[in-house]
Amino acid sequence: MEVKISVQGLNAWFGSKQALKDISLDILEKKITAIIGPSGCGKSTLIRCLNRMHEVVPGARVSGKVLLNGKNIYEGDVDPVDIRRRVGMVFQKPNPFPTMSVYENVAAGLLLNGIRDKNRLSEIVEKSLKQAALLEEVKHELHKSGASLSGGQQQRLCIARALAVEPEVILMDEPCSDLDPIATVKIEDLITELKREYTVVIVTHNMQQAARVSDYTAFLYLGKLIEYDDTARLFEKPQKELTERYITGRFG
Amino acid sequence: MSLGWRKFKDRAFTCLAALSVVLAMVPLISILYAVLKMGLSSINLDFLTGLPKPVGEPGGGFGNAIHGSFIVVGIASVIGLPVGILAGVYLAEYGNNKIGRTVSFVADVLTGVPSIVTGIFAYVLVVLSLGTFSAIAGGVALATIMIPVVVRTTEEAMKLVPLELKEASLALGIPQWKTSLRIVLSTARFGIITGALLAIARISGETAPLLFTSFNNRYWFDGVLNPVATLPVMIYTYAISPFEEWHAQAWGGAIVLIFIVLMLNVCVRFAARQRY
Amino acid sequence: MNFFPFFIHRREKLRKSITADNLFKLFTGGIALLGVIGLAVLILKELILGSMLSIEAFGLGFLYQSVWDPVFNDFGALPFIYGTLISSLLAIVIGVPLSLGIAVYLAEIASSKVRAIITPIIELLAAIPSIIIGLWGIFVFAPFMREHIAPPLQNYLGFLPFFKGPAFGLSFLTAGVVLAFMIIPIVSSVSREAILAVPNLQREAALALGATRWEAITIAVLPYARAAIFGAVILGLGRAIGETMAVTMVIGNTPQIVASLLAPGHTMAAVIANEFTEATGDLYLSALIEVGLILFAIAMLVNALARAIVWKFLRVKGGEA
Repeated sequence: MEVKISVQGLNAWFGSKQALKDISLDILEKKITAIIGPSGCGKSTLIRCLNRMHEVVPGARVSGKVLLNGKNIYEGDVDPVDIRRRVGMVFQKPNPFPTMSVYENVAAGLLLNGIRDKNRLSEIVEKSLKQAALLEEVKHELHKSGASLSGGQQQRLCIARALAVEPEVILMDEPCSDLDPIATVKIEDLITELKREYTVVIVTHNMQQAARVSDYTAFLYLGKLIEYDDTARLFEKPQKELTERYITGRFG
Repeated sequence: MSLGWRKFKDRAFTCLAALSVVLAMVPLISILYAVLKMGLSSINLDFLTGLPKPVGEPGGGFGNAIHGSFIVVGIASVIGLPVGILAGVYLAEYGNNKIGRTVSFVADVLTGVPSIVTGIFAYVLVVLSLGTFSAIAGGVALATIMIPVVVRTTEEAMKLVPLELKEASLALGIPQWKTSLRIVLSTARFGIITGALLAIARISGETAPLLFTSFNNRYWFDGVLNPVATLPVMIYTYAISPFEEWHAQAWGGAIVLIFIVLMLNVCVRFAARQRY
Repeated sequence: MNFFPFFIHRREKLRKSITADNLFKLFTGGIALLGVIGLAVLILKELILGSMLSIEAFGLGFLYQSVWDPVFNDFGALPFIYGTLISSLLAIVIGVPLSLGIAVYLAEIASSKVRAIITPIIELLAAIPSIIIGLWGIFVFAPFMREHIAPPLQNYLGFLPFFKGPAFGLSFLTAGVVLAFMIIPIVSSVSREAILAVPNLQREAALALGATRWEAITIAVLPYARAAIFGAVILGLGRAIGETMAVTMVIGNTPQIVASLLAPGHTMAAVIANEFTEATGDLYLSALIEVGLILFAIAMLVNALARAIVWKFLRVKGGEA
């Protein structure tokens, strides 16, 4: 099993407030890794460091290393724009571009990268919508506004949009928290399918979801990595007491 | 499209955006520089307190114009501020219905009345009725500009007062009208005064409404039913005249006018920042 | 223990305050209605009354006749409508890109320190009285245009009808540029508000796809805010249409309809400012008032459109954000 992303001694700050303290873990290729923990523990901050989105916030900074395929993404000669194409992200609240159609939303990333050929675009859009399990539902309405879809469909649209640029890793920041249970199930099924081709890292506050969907789970508390293990092992036989208290619902 | 080309575009457009900021500041700096450079030499005590002299005679001043401006702006404020503030109070306190919103919208649109049109309005309403140009006509024209502006700033200032404050007052048994006046108005007083001062600053600089209402006068103020000299009109008259000495005095007048207007603006904004 | 006087006293007090409440509401409401709606109606009424003579004499022809002859009492407003249109369009063409650049820079690119310094400076430009801008226009800017801008325009672009003919400093172009500067504060500040109202999630969506900052602005931010930016542009148009002093001092005050932007022209506001006090004869005066009526109507319509667009956007987006 290859290590896709290796986090080494990662610290992150918002101004003077430290959100992540010395995090080290290895994310394995083509597996689903979940990050769990109570509110404010730094889970979102952690994955936003994996695609250099954390630094977009004014006053935010990072120290330590994040190796993607062995190369530190925070090295001076690395372009964050390039990293963000290779490490895609889906957000908690679906955010399709409302002034663009479904088709244009999925194609957005492609157009940015200079792909203009109509045929190639259609091909990739279709493939991405299929991978996101959305094609059947929208294939006759590709011209409709991205915002006209239901919540669950919008989130799948965002996933399709992220998939279109052929990333190596997909980060998901609580992708189902804004959705109803039926939409959630559809997306969880989708995530399980995705690991065939992509490495997935998913932040969730829903432990059952983590247990259902992921291969590996990392438990964060107050900015520190408490435990990181095979999901089955972490939930059945947690090594740390803190972990045990969290997963049994004693707090958080 | 290579990443390099995209990064280049990113940097290029950022430069263009910064350039537009610089370009916008150029006229500002040029204007302030020109006013100071050309007008400073005209400023002396005689200029600020004396009457204009006939062409050819050196010296003379804009004393009557400065005085006249205060009078006309004063008349406008006496008409415009009470009307504007009371109307704004109504819209904020009772205006949450179709009529209120319509009135607010109309006031907003009226803030865009071309200033020359307010001059025509005051001309037909006051000058034709009285048969003469007058300070009152000028005041009415300026009040027409002032009212919509003050209505909106007052309304917005009052709306900023938190609902909880109003509810607390009403829950204590204080009647609605007392609540509006004593509690809300006084809490919002800073915003209302700011709005009023900015409106005064704005009308102090207006020329077009006065061209054929308060007209002009080469002597001191002589009662509100007579034409009166005002600073902006005097500057205009001297600027378009063919005489060099008069041009210099126009710049002098410009310094005084800009001083008054900018001082009002700066004071208001400075005080606002202190408070918040 | 007799409670009745107490209750009667309280009821009287309540009745008095309800009456006081109603009085207050009626009083301020009356002022609001009269001061705003009443004012608007009154302005319209006086303008129409004053224009009656001219309306009766010239009818609709006033709008498309281009003769303006005080001697023979023949008046047509077309040259002024044309001049207002051309100078305002120039103001938009030149001023809007600058305003958008400023809005984007201040909202998306500048650090908070830079923003805190630049924003009040731009607002300062709005506070300068237009007579002073006109003064600067006549003595500084118009000569600058004549000596440094017009010659290269004529040399390189002289084949275009816009830049043919002799170059006066006082011209459509000079007026257009001056107006552009004057609308920058309003267009850039409303655009900036619109851009700031775009939810951060939209920006992040674009950035997460691997967009550069500028790409995120063009594909996510600006399209989202485009309605309000459009409203801001229309607001700027309204401002340019109504501007009087700065324009009359730099446009040359020559009623003519020519293609060359380097030639002098006239606008509705400028002709009123120039000729009102010289107007001999009732028809002349009435014609000028009718020009004012047309100006009022156009400015009010444009402003109403702009305000409606901006109100709608800010209310909707404000609710969402």
